[in-house]
Amino acid sequence: MASQFDVIVLGGGPAGYVCAIRCAQLGLKAAVVEKDKLGGVCVNIGCIPTKALLHSALIANIVTHDAKDLGIETGTVSLDYGTAMRRSRKVSEQNSKGVEFLMKKHKVTVVRGTGVLQPGKRVKVGNEVHTAAKAVVIATGSRVKGLPQVGLELNGTTVISSDEALFLEKAPASIAIVGAGAVGCEFADIFNAFGSKVTLIEALPRIVPLEDAEASDALTKSYRKRKIDVLAGATVKKATVKKSGVTLEVESGGEKRTVEAEKVLMAAGRAVNTEEMGFKEAGVQLTDRGFVKVTPATLETTAPGVYCIGDVAGPPMLAHKGSREGVYVAEIIAGHKPMPIKYDNIPSVTYCHPEVASIGLTEEQCKEQKLEYQVGRFPFSANGRARTAGDTEGFVKIIRGKKYGEILGAIIVGGHASEIIHELTVARENEYTVEEVDLAVHAHPTLSEAIAEAALDSMGRVIHT
Amino acid sequence: MATKIVMEALSPTMEEGRLVEWKKQEGEPVATGDVIAEVETDKAVMELVARADGTLLKHVVAAGTTVPVSQLVGVIGEPGEDVSSLLAGSANGKAKAEAPAPPAVAAAPAPAASVATPKPVLAPTAAAPGGRIKASPLARKIARDRGLDLGAIRGSGPEGRIIQRDVEGAAVQSPEPAGPGGPAFRDVPLSQIRKTIAKRLAQSIGPIPTFYLTSEIDMERTWDARETLVAGKDRSPDEPRISYNDIILKAVALSLRQHPDCNAWWQDDRIRYWNEVHLSMAVAVEDGLITPVIRLADRKSLREIAREARELAGRARERRLTPAEYTGGTFSVSNLGMFDIDQFTAVINPPEAGILAVGGITPKPVVVDGATAIRRRMRVTLSCDHRVIDGATGAQFLRTLKGMLENPLTMVY
Repeated sequence: MASQFDVIVLGGGPAGYVCAIRCAQLGLKAAVVEKDKLGGVCVNIGCIPTKALLHSALIANIVTHDAKDLGIETGTVSLDYGTAMRRSRKVSEQNSKGVEFLMKKHKVTVVRGTGVLQPGKRVKVGNEVHTAAKAVVIATGSRVKGLPQVGLELNGTTVISSDEALFLEKAPASIAIVGAGAVGCEFADIFNAFGSKVTLIEALPRIVPLEDAEASDALTKSYRKRKIDVLAGATVKKATVKKSGVTLEVESGGEKRTVEAEKVLMAAGRAVNTEEMGFKEAGVQLTDRGFVKVTPATLETTAPGVYCIGDVAGPPMLAHKGSREGVYVAEIIAGHKPMPIKYDNIPSVTYCHPEVASIGLTEEQCKEQKLEYQVGRFPFSANGRARTAGDTEGFVKIIRGKKYGEILGAIIVGGHASEIIHELTVARENEYTVEEVDLAVHAHPTLSEAIAEAALDSMGRVIHT
Repeated sequence: MATKIVMEALSPTMEEGRLVEWKKQEGEPVATGDVIAEVETDKAVMELVARADGTLLKHVVAAGTTVPVSQLVGVIGEPGEDVSSLLAGSANGKAKAEAPAPPAVAAAPAPAASVATPKPVLAPTAAAPGGRIKASPLARKIARDRGLDLGAIRGSGPEGRIIQRDVEGAAVQSPEPAGPGGPAFRDVPLSQIRKTIAKRLAQSIGPIPTFYLTSEIDMERTWDARETLVAGKDRSPDEPRISYNDIILKAVALSLRQHPDCNAWWQDDRIRYWNEVHLSMAVAVEDGLITPVIRLADRKSLREIAREARELAGRARERRLTPAEYTGGTFSVSNLGMFDIDQFTAVINPPEAGILAVGGITPKPVVVDGATAIRRRMRVTLSCDHRVIDGATGAQFLRTLKGMLENPLTMVY
């Protein structure tokens, strides 16, 4: 039955469902339109299941390589990707159910089906038209895309995306991964741990190309040690797709190479979901790059009363960025004046091992902007806690403004980097300088001490190196 | 046909309102848009206006009564019309009369004389070590480096915290690198004559030697202008209704721009003449008063001033102003017109050198072009710190202000 709501959110991913909950908290009657499972890509075929698989991969590596040294006799170790996969599915299901529970708890109506935007803050789902008194929020997200121009059209068997990789019953004997951003690097780690021969191909000059170059170097070193074939600055010139596998012709620095693999995993970018949902007809315009055009201060689209959040509203395409936009837009719709979102203070994390977590500017960006800065570094090899865990790869790097000591940017490579980065996120959000980071006493022994030491190092006062 | 007057939701969060005072009496003719009563909402005292033409037939509730939104409070209709059916409908109303309905004026906890010195310690130089100004470590470092006074900077972070962009914005206006807007103020060391004047006057009358200048202003044209603005069709329902006080604030701000001599701080060894106008606005709150500041008031539109004045006054009453919001003013305005005060003197709010006391707008017989006419008149009294402002200086400021309010169109160009 068609109904009247205050706010209708198109899409139940981390941007959309969080927006709906915040709307409900603010006394608005909210609905979420979702054609698939609640939680979106993140919960079902993205962040959550990959982290479950990465956990399996990390344990597999520890058991295979370090157990004996840790005093654990394991006998023959056998690895089963299928079991790990089924566990990751359970985790996703739990999370999706959790979102369903949250919708009930906050009295958010979930409308099942594909929502089509209609002019005048209305949304058609099936044959029913629902009306929003205050606003419609577009949170339709994004999906994986292939590279049809070199013959790498996704076919679901030999040329796959993360959507299929997450459901494989067994790890392929060999896999070529095209794209070494977060997704590519994470799957390289997973399949390597489960015994696949992995070739990681990145067109840009280094893997994790958006991160500080030192992180790329450290990760490349770690991967090569684990026999992952890392080809950076390499482009796929031609692909021959056969039933049993794929042959890629790869050119790197003038040299040609042939890569044979049972499967190719496409991890080079995502396409936003803007088609066939009535955007154009309702007056919602897109940018040149295909994202929905929004007014930055309000995230309102070119159609009055229609807002847009998450991946489809523009980069960075990160769940936590979408969730924050969801909260922000809900508050705007409710007539509040939320503090603006600091888009330059959104942490970025790759959850492979060692993890890569960063905030703010890279050193390259500081150079481009001609900022005067000083770099502080501290390696985990000099950190007591990292040594106790036998996990000493990586470092903390903090870039401080030379004059005032503000934290221009920071990057952490190492186990648990994703967890300890937030000390620096909070610091930057509140405009603490490296001095305040050092002044806060850090517990010993912890990995976080490396952050305090890097802060000290940026002032030329490091203690433990 | 009779029209109901109901308690309107005058603020988004208003659930009930106290009818402070009936502005139209039973039997008086009213036109659409006329102010018929003053209503105290959860945030401010606001005006209830007529939604129909006719005669105010009945006050259904007495002044001082608190009623929920949409409850009947009065009736407009034709003289002699039978409104008993309308009134019967309200018999089950939930009006809860507050014990003895207090007269409206008693609701003013701030007698004029107390527009005194409630916050000398809050003068915007409070950035002394250990001061309670909220600022980020980075903002503090930048301010220290550039010699900026954090107390004079308005914070835009959470809870008014001063953050990097606030000090960087301030840096542009700081006296040294005169930015596009020019320096925020000009410090002038005391000349010998000013030192002597200051010393002698302070001996004579007290630490702030004050004198007063009163001027009566013809408000006919401002009245018309405001009526036009309020009746404007394109005003969105969220927009505040422009009040006389908003127009007065705007006129004062513009006049001060022409008379920076009156827009100044006494700083003991020097006088700080401000190039920016930050208007302190006296707001009566429970057991006291506070002066939230409308920053850069001379550069704001009437609509912005109205919105900001409402917002600041509302939060002042809720005691939710941050220190940055009630410090740093360069001149004050205190208006007791709504309490039927014809004229009063206000006490200077140091280090500011002047405060304008605004009385009510009252029809009076005056001589216009040699004939007696009834005109709406308003008296304003400027209190001047004689160490900063001399009689002629203050008088010139008042003349400009009078000119603007008598010809509000002059504010436009």
